[in-house]
Amino acid sequence: MSDTDIQDEAIKVDTEKGNFKYPENYEFDAGVGLTEDTIKYISDVKNDDEWVREFRLKALEVFKKKPMPTNWADKDLENIDFDKIRYYLSKGQVPARSWDDVPDDVKETFERLGIPEQERKFLAGVEAQFDSEASYSRMKEDLEKEGVIFVGSTEGLAKYPEIFRPYFGKVIPTADNKFSALNSATFSGGSFIYVPKGVKLKQPLQAYFRINAENFGQFERTLIIADEDSEITYMEGCTAPKFETATLHSAVVELVALKNAKIQYITVQNWSSNVFNLVTKRGMADEGAEVKWIDCNIGSRLTMKYPGVVLKGKGARGEVLSIALANDGQHQDTGAKMMHLADNTTSNIISKSISIGKGRSTYRGQVHMPKHLKNCKNNTECDALLINTNSRTDTYPAITTRGENNTVQHEASVSKVSAEQIFYMMQRGLSEGEAMSLAVNGFVNDLMKAFPMEYSVELKRLIDMEMEGSVG
Amino acid sequence: MNTILENPTQTTLANAPAWLADRRTAGLEQFKALPMPSARDEMWRFASVGRLSIDGFNVTDAPAAETLTALVERSNLITKREGLSVYVDDSPAAFEGISEALSAKGVVYLPIAEAIAQHPELMEKYFLKESTELGSEKFFGLHAASVKAGSVLYVPKGVEIEKPFVNYYWTSGARAAVFPHTLVIAEDNAKASVVDIFFSETEENEALNVSVSNIHAGAGANVFRKIVQDWNEKTVSFQLDTTVADRDAQVKNVAVNIGAERARFENQTRIEGPGADVKMYSLTVAEENQEFDQRTFQTHNAGNAVSDLLYKNALLDNARTIFSGLIKVAEGAQQTDAYQTNRNLLLDPTAEANALPGLEILANDVKCSHGATTGNVDEDELFYMMSRGISKRVAMQLMVFGFFEEVIEKVESDELAENLRILIRNKFESKIK
Repeated sequence: MSDTDIQDEAIKVDTEKGNFKYPENYEFDAGVGLTEDTIKYISDVKNDDEWVREFRLKALEVFKKKPMPTNWADKDLENIDFDKIRYYLSKGQVPARSWDDVPDDVKETFERLGIPEQERKFLAGVEAQFDSEASYSRMKEDLEKEGVIFVGSTEGLAKYPEIFRPYFGKVIPTADNKFSALNSATFSGGSFIYVPKGVKLKQPLQAYFRINAENFGQFERTLIIADEDSEITYMEGCTAPKFETATLHSAVVELVALKNAKIQYITVQNWSSNVFNLVTKRGMADEGAEVKWIDCNIGSRLTMKYPGVVLKGKGARGEVLSIALANDGQHQDTGAKMMHLADNTTSNIISKSISIGKGRSTYRGQVHMPKHLKNCKNNTECDALLINTNSRTDTYPAITTRGENNTVQHEASVSKVSAEQIFYMMQRGLSEGEAMSLAVNGFVNDLMKAFPMEYSVELKRLIDMEMEGSVG
Repeated sequence: MNTILENPTQTTLANAPAWLADRRTAGLEQFKALPMPSARDEMWRFASVGRLSIDGFNVTDAPAAETLTALVERSNLITKREGLSVYVDDSPAAFEGISEALSAKGVVYLPIAEAIAQHPELMEKYFLKESTELGSEKFFGLHAASVKAGSVLYVPKGVEIEKPFVNYYWTSGARAAVFPHTLVIAEDNAKASVVDIFFSETEENEALNVSVSNIHAGAGANVFRKIVQDWNEKTVSFQLDTTVADRDAQVKNVAVNIGAERARFENQTRIEGPGADVKMYSLTVAEENQEFDQRTFQTHNAGNAVSDLLYKNALLDNARTIFSGLIKVAEGAQQTDAYQTNRNLLLDPTAEANALPGLEILANDVKCSHGATTGNVDEDELFYMMSRGISKRVAMQLMVFGFFEEVIEKVESDELAENLRILIRNKFESKIK
């Protein structure tokens, strides 16, 4: 078998990797549509505390009142029919601590996705969510001894309210936007993590989100609190089978980095092309703390996601590194928000997007230095690569600056793969497709280095895969 | 009181043709039908729309003869010119027409009313036909209904005119509403240059300006337009400017904005032919509580064309600026080169600069970039100069004027450039600490 054959083999496996499903059999099903009863059903199943019930019901009211953001956003949003979605599906509320205890079909799902294998290889802990609830959740024992908490949202709020409640819904209030309100009403699953003072996790924690059911909405909720001088890297991945109908994924992720803590949050989003991925992500960085979002969007029908950092304490740092790949029929509407609220804060945004075929990628950003601050810095770079003549890219940054000795710079450029580049590589024996893949990988290469090894290998493969057949 | 907002009246010119009456009526309808801008409107993002009011302004009667004479006297920024018009509160104060030689070649330079009477076909084709699409449609409607002052320049095929046509638009009366209009039509391979100057008689007379300027540049035409906006700080101003550039046309816009309490400047360029090259440059000096709201739009409907934009703002005190620019490359407009740069210099910690540099690219073989920077004076550069014995104040002045010079030199006229430097110096030299 030649090298090329091996490569093809790997690609073939990958293409179909996420596209399979198991028959639906759920013990808990909130039915179709969203009413107060749906919310009460979720609360009952989860045995929510009274304040959580109230929080959900209030959020439902906010959700109903808020208009769709279609005055600026993609009109495709109007195609979401909230009355046809199923808001809660699970086989039980308590995740297994051992893969042996996970129901067979679910276990097979995650085995096919390679999660247990990755866990053994390089992860400090894994949570695997199947539709509404985590089926499996386990963290290395030594971390537990150090006081690290790694649980689901229900367990986090029920067992450790004194830790999580003060920050829950504070970084992203319910009324932040229509979809954060929807999540606040219906949330289930996700990770609640607390890293105690001074604890530095050497290996990442990982969550994997899997949608199996059709017409389903997944609303996981994640809250990560890194106490003073602690460090954590969190990774999430996701897949869903290719359905004919639209599926909704609307998460809320809140990060809290206390004094001098560091949080790195890595996402590889590879939803199937029927998923609306409407996610609100925001981190709060206290004095000297650092919040870094590494965000990679390859899948979904429409993604709207603008990870943000509120730089609340002096000397805080915020960073968003993002890669988006928009293929035919996809709109990757991504970006970043940096709110500078203290002196000497710095932020960095690097966004690279690739549009293939009729794909559309959009960068939307906000950099805000509203108060009379000193010595704040922001750097934003947006590069877009357009592969085909009908590909599209947009850039819509919004920058407000005040204060003393602050500097903000924004740069964006649009380019294509040059004919000379391709010609050069083809002369040296590469096929046009290979040359194109290589050029695209080169375009994102410097950002790719920011990802952990295992992820960047995976990403390269995904990009190769998406580039297949895009030339000509 | 009969304010134009509550009861706008259409201006009627003697023997107005039907098409003009239609356009005025349509404008009035548009003005009445559209709401005032709201904070939710993307086109008005960051603008303090809550404080925006056009209440209580009125079209005024012609000022006294001595006022007109005095202001014509003060209309002296450019002495070497081909033609001149001076309006005060939309009333004609002076008009220097073109030479017979140019007339013989078919060049037209006339006040609007005369142009309508003498060249109805030309005016029907171009007058009030093009408007910006950047959020001020309501105000364009008001302009269309009310416009009576302004000049029309028509340069036929192949005629090249070097010296500029200079139009002065003054405000004078109490709470006067003015609607200046500049229309430039350069046929294929024609060449022309126009300077529009906006002044207030005193520092105190409050005024509302809703001006429109349309440039039509035919194939291979060359049009150079300069704008000097130095209203007093009691003026609310809307400038709605468009450029349409045909194949191989070269158009250059240079705007220097100094005055007004709040100034909305919309500048839209539509490229309709390959080989066109359009430049849009602007310099703004904002102080006190001034708000400059700049919205630009570069549309490339044809490939192989170039557009380049540079907007520089210097801010003092509590001033605010908003730069919102969009480059749109239409599907199929390959080999487009489009650039957009916004530079904001914050000279006081209370000043606020907003930048919204946007791109919408629907073709892949293009070179497009935009950049926006906001910052203070470079401390290292300041230190360098001070270490060579230059006082801090002088060093600051050198650096700030250095920042301006990039745009000022683009007016390509020593006389105008020097006059602009004086205007800017008068405004804020004393403020540089």
